[in-house]
Amino acid sequence: MSTAPVGVTDDSAGEKQLDDRRPRSWWHLPATTTVMALIALVLFGLRGIPGVNSTYVLAREGDLNPLGIVPERIAVPAMGGAIALSVLALAASAGLWVLHARSARPHRGARLAVIALFAVAWILAFMTWVISQRALDVTTLLQGTIVLAVPLAFGALSGVLSERSGVINIAIEGQLLFGAFGATLIGSMTGSVWIGLLAAPVMALVMGAMLALFAVGYHVQQIIVGVVLNVFAIGITSFFFGTVMRDNPAMFNAPMRLPTLRIPVLADIPVLGRVLFEQNILVYLMWIVVAGLTIALFRTRWGLRVRAVGEHPKAADTVGIAVNLTRWKNVLLGSAVAGLGGATLTIGTGVAFGEEMSAGKGYIALAAMILGRYHPVGALLAALTFAFADSLQLRLGTMSAAEGGVSIPGDFLLMLPYIVALFAVAGVVGRVRVPAANGQPYVKQ
Amino acid sequence: MKLELRGITKTFGSFVANDAIDLVVEPGEIHSLLGENGAGKSTLMNVLYGLYRPDGGQIVIDGETVSFSDPGDAMDTGIGMVHQHFMLVPVFTVAENMVLGHEPTKGGLLDLAAARRLVREISARFGFDLDPDALVEDLPVGAQQRVEIIKALSRRAEVLVLDEPTAVLTPQETDELMEIMRQLRAEGTSIVFITHKLREVKAVSDRITVIRRGKVVGEADPSADQAELASLMVGRQVSLAQDKAEAAPGEVALEVTDLRVTDAAGIRTLDDVSFEVRHGEVLAIAGVQGNGQTELTEALLGLQENVHGSARLEGRELVGRSTKQVLDAGVGFVPEDRTHDALVADFSVAENLVLDQHDRAPYGSPVAMRLKPIRENAEKLIPEFDIRTGSSAAAVSTLSGGNQQKVVMARALNRELALLIASQPTRGVDVGSIEFLHRRILDERDKGTPVVIVSTELDEVTQLADRIAVMYRGRILGIVPGDEDRDVLGLMMAGYTAEAAREAVAAGARTADSQLADEGEIA
Amino acid sequence: MSTSTHTAGSAPGVGTGGADAPPPEQTAETALARTLQRIARGDVLVVVMSFVFAFLIGSVLILIADQEVRATLGYFFDRPSDALTAIWQSVTQAYGAMFRGAVFDGPGFSRVAEDVREAGGSGTYVLLPALAAGLRPLTETLTVGTPLIIAAAGMAVSFRAGLFNIGGTGQLIVGAMAAGYIGFTFDLPVVVHLLACLLAGLLAGGLWGGIAGFLKARFGANEVISTIMLNWIATYLLFFALKTAAFTGANQSQPTSPSVGENAALPLLLGTGFRLHAGLFVAAGAAVLLWWLMSRSTIGFHFRAVGSNPRAAQVAGISPARTAFLVLAVAGALVGLAGAVHVLGTERRLTEGVAGNIGFDAITVALLGRSGPVGIVLAGLLFAALSTGGRFMETNQGVPLDLVQVIQVLVVLFIAAPPLVRTLIGLRRIDNPAAGARVRRARRARGSADTAAVASGAAAVAAESSAASRTGAPSASPDGSSSANSPASAPEGGPGPGDRPTQPPGPDPTPPEGPHGPTAGSTDSADSTDRTDAQEDER
Repeated sequence: MSTAPVGVTDDSAGEKQLDDRRPRSWWHLPATTTVMALIALVLFGLRGIPGVNSTYVLAREGDLNPLGIVPERIAVPAMGGAIALSVLALAASAGLWVLHARSARPHRGARLAVIALFAVAWILAFMTWVISQRALDVTTLLQGTIVLAVPLAFGALSGVLSERSGVINIAIEGQLLFGAFGATLIGSMTGSVWIGLLAAPVMALVMGAMLALFAVGYHVQQIIVGVVLNVFAIGITSFFFGTVMRDNPAMFNAPMRLPTLRIPVLADIPVLGRVLFEQNILVYLMWIVVAGLTIALFRTRWGLRVRAVGEHPKAADTVGIAVNLTRWKNVLLGSAVAGLGGATLTIGTGVAFGEEMSAGKGYIALAAMILGRYHPVGALLAALTFAFADSLQLRLGTMSAAEGGVSIPGDFLLMLPYIVALFAVAGVVGRVRVPAANGQPYVKQ
Repeated sequence: MKLELRGITKTFGSFVANDAIDLVVEPGEIHSLLGENGAGKSTLMNVLYGLYRPDGGQIVIDGETVSFSDPGDAMDTGIGMVHQHFMLVPVFTVAENMVLGHEPTKGGLLDLAAARRLVREISARFGFDLDPDALVEDLPVGAQQRVEIIKALSRRAEVLVLDEPTAVLTPQETDELMEIMRQLRAEGTSIVFITHKLREVKAVSDRITVIRRGKVVGEADPSADQAELASLMVGRQVSLAQDKAEAAPGEVALEVTDLRVTDAAGIRTLDDVSFEVRHGEVLAIAGVQGNGQTELTEALLGLQENVHGSARLEGRELVGRSTKQVLDAGVGFVPEDRTHDALVADFSVAENLVLDQHDRAPYGSPVAMRLKPIRENAEKLIPEFDIRTGSSAAAVSTLSGGNQQKVVMARALNRELALLIASQPTRGVDVGSIEFLHRRILDERDKGTPVVIVSTELDEVTQLADRIAVMYRGRILGIVPGDEDRDVLGLMMAGYTAEAAREAVAAGARTADSQLADEGEIA
Repeated sequence: MSTSTHTAGSAPGVGTGGADAPPPEQTAETALARTLQRIARGDVLVVVMSFVFAFLIGSVLILIADQEVRATLGYFFDRPSDALTAIWQSVTQAYGAMFRGAVFDGPGFSRVAEDVREAGGSGTYVLLPALAAGLRPLTETLTVGTPLIIAAAGMAVSFRAGLFNIGGTGQLIVGAMAAGYIGFTFDLPVVVHLLACLLAGLLAGGLWGGIAGFLKARFGANEVISTIMLNWIATYLLFFALKTAAFTGANQSQPTSPSVGENAALPLLLGTGFRLHAGLFVAAGAAVLLWWLMSRSTIGFHFRAVGSNPRAAQVAGISPARTAFLVLAVAGALVGLAGAVHVLGTERRLTEGVAGNIGFDAITVALLGRSGPVGIVLAGLLFAALSTGGRFMETNQGVPLDLVQVIQVLVVLFIAAPPLVRTLIGLRRIDNPAAGARVRRARRARGSADTAAVASGAAAVAAESSAASRTGAPSASPDGSSSANSPASAPEGGPGPGDRPTQPPGPDPTPPEGPHGPTAGSTDSADSTDRTDAQEDER
């Protein structure tokens, strides 16, 4: 008789097997997109203004535009265009239904492509409707998007840096505010916008140091520290704004602006040239920091250790990594990065410091970080999404003021980024993998 | 390398975890540290490893006094440790985990190719089959333990501390681990083997040191008698066997048919399980941890999503009902992890004792709680279950682990039950209390209540069970009588069906378990 | 090592404001003993010193902002007395004005007294109007404190359930909008109208909080982010509403609503000369409700259980998702009620800035009051005093109101980190020998005479790091996880808002997936077993 195991000991039978049932909530997404597409069809298409055009302004004179490949402007019939785009969105929704009906776990790439198609079609339908009778300068819209994305991206990167090491960073708002404050204050006092640029991250370090002191050093609940520090930042900057800065604005709060660095030739590419290659140094820095941080986090010794500290601090400790020191460093580094974002608000856009001028951008950055799944590139993409909503709102705000056509109350447009963030947090990122030790102080015996 | 611990003392608050402990580990020996849960073994090793700072005493290596301010120092000196709770980052690969802390780099970037080579190299030396690029969280526990071992070896550990390494292993895997330990010894590595399992100690040790309540209470030779070791460890005579009356099974009470659980990733964690439990009998679910037992109990309690199949209690369907409805149907439940699943640490003992009945008479209504009955209930149960606490108002977190477990058991048993489901009912409880809790479970059975016990300890299973169902990879491999041969059970836990296991045993196959027992007696 | 998908989150510290409802078993004697011990240990001192440090830092800010001081510092070494005088005056005048504006207006009292006396009055005829003038700031403090206390009660509910409701502003705004709308649009009978308005505020706030609760329960959306987003949405909703005819009434160019109707307004308590209104009773009611809800009601039991250990609550048949929704709905309802009271009592009409800072201040008040009813009332009044005083300071001395915000925040931060304050005042040295003594006592009890090790350097470090938990309440020995994970935590009953993590896992802003928090503590569970046994021996 053989003693060889029989029964189910062969591994294939015991292999973890995928169940072919779909999750119960599989219909949520296609149903949502279908409803949204129908709304677009009715509201933007069928109830649109008949017989008028919506114009998208693209290329400009003097652009590097051989043979006029990129047209200067595209005019589409508002109603027809919106209907066509809504139908496209509807088709994408149908595609989603089909994908989900055909298999329980549809191919990820295909699913994402269809969702992206839906999003683009829906947004274009909305824009085509809302700019009826008017012209939208796409370049300005996208340029604004980039500029508005900078503080969000730097803020989100600050979050990535500290949360990857296990410290919740709600204080991004305060870090941005301190950065903006420091850039203007020191810039005005020294008369050099470049020194102001250097001062921003240094000033934001104060916020980072306080966060690290209380969260890492004294184990105070990290969300509380963050919220309270934000109030602190608003209080103290407003205090100085109301006293020192108001007493002598020329000395302490002069509007300054970083020069725009135009990259020759590349900046002449129609539309994208001006969007990407005619910006100030902070924008270029943003690309560099995102790329650098991605490599550093996932390809270097430093990054491996940081992630280990954020996932399993005790394991990191047992191999001789100083957990709390790592967290201190990361929080400080993060706050400095957020300080750069703050600088964008003042010297990046050429305005003086104002009370509470970060206006919730830190919280949006936080949402961008979560939406970007704690990844620098994801955070950047999320920041660009929010910034696009904001930029669109700004463009439409100025346009509505100018002419007739469709008008949406400005306050609703102002709500837009926040509603996007709310939906994003609820729907898209329902289950994000958070660094496992995020928010938990590490204590050695 | 010769390691000496001299007079190591470590206190936590007013509690002395290690009291002037002396220990000498000679080069190339397997030195077992034997003691009950909470005797202070792990604390001692954490002191040795630089995780805790000792309050007194010295660590001497090859005649030189050393002091470790962090684990890095200990590793540099050649001390490696495989922790009871693995110190692995779940989302990292095997290679990343192995090199964490001493990463090879090339041009400023991580040199993962070198890390992979190192993994393969060490794996090959010990015949491990480890994929350097597998995520640790996807590996079975046995493989995770090997990652821990190669992690220590990659740092050239000369003294390897293994902290309760067999708790999570199947008998087969335990066998393999023993083999690895012997191989390491042959290569000159000293091993400190921490355990509370007598058989393993006898099988593999060169010397044994017994620790009780933070003190060394004696040294023993591997040839020592098991009962002798047990009484040394526990501090008094222990009768390991529970005398239990013959069961008198009645009608079928719980009937589980094709129960299936699918996790969020779409993997079947419980695979078409069917069994029935009668009134007045104990069905024990045996198996190595992580083979679907948790999913089974949680599915019955309405705590799992994506449950298919049926579980009928007295003809009423449990699947698809909320946890509250299941509890209201008279199911008493003891979850496997008391701190995580059963107790609200900030709540008082009294509140925890009514946690699952707090909104039912007499303890409360859906609107308000009635404090007096809650307090009286606690005052009745505390002496009955010998729960050592200053007051019923003390937070349950101030109780010791064993007393916390008694709170959980008292809560589950404190009413007329239609079904008792208890997972690891005596985990972390001292030997005396184990006897008491087992008695209570059998009393409950004798009252006619159907009982389901989930346990990974074969001793517990054989003591309580009238019938034993063995689970493996989400399935029940077979249901055997309560007095089934331990060898057969051991093989079934490793994936043999009941028939195959019996055949194998008849043909002379032995599991680690019984081999160890034999070897221990022979040696 | 496996992943689990449920939220392991409690609110260490904030979730456990134990000061309010002592367990019934506790006798007055032990409570007194504990209080005395706390004073001896320096907890009260920590609170007092937190305020001292906060005001000291505030003084530095005042000085930096004061042009005169800066001017005199310019020639400090020539005539230091000028600078010192300027410094002294600047600080005392600012804080003097703060007190005058918050509690008792001394100069106002004397001025009115003289005026009346000159007009020929005497006796009570002088005293009453003079007192009225003198105590006016105090009534103002009570008025400002009213919505703050109610909103803080709402915040406390969510904090004690382990949820971080940052959405006070939004919930307050919608509460105020709903109450105001009913108040100025309809004309209902007396009492009915007022009740309808309050109810509307309650429901609107509950709805707004409930949205975040729903998103949390249904999709696991992080409540910190969603409540913050809802704040902004509510803010713009208010801005929009105040441009519509429905809210502005006839005068559509001004972004303000008409006044609420006579019957809808909360009656004034001290006549038309004072703003103090019957909302004060609502505030008292809110505090009592908070007590009942959290320590007597079944739903409060659910809140606390889920806040402390959601998984154990779930196993005991309490649905964490449903509870999360209810928590945010109830919290939002209370904050919405605060908005209603604010608009019906103090403001009497809607403006764009109707919410002010109440929403965020309520968070700090709840933290400072440790989420207990008594604490909240005291902290609410204190913050109200600071801000009414600050307002007076702003107009009278030109020191911006923002200073008050900074001081408030500093107080909260200092109190949250008692070890910091202890270090600053050198109390740590006093703490440590005591800890050492306990260790020694324990050892003696175990029959070991060898105590030399206590003095070793390593011991000192360890003792320092866990000094706080070691000196914990006498009857309650710290459990393994607590002492292993929160050496810096304050002793039980300590005042800090964030200082009592009895459970290692902190609340995450996002649903955590890995159970690594518990592992850090549970590694020691074996030790804790014996540890407590030892303490039993000791007793």
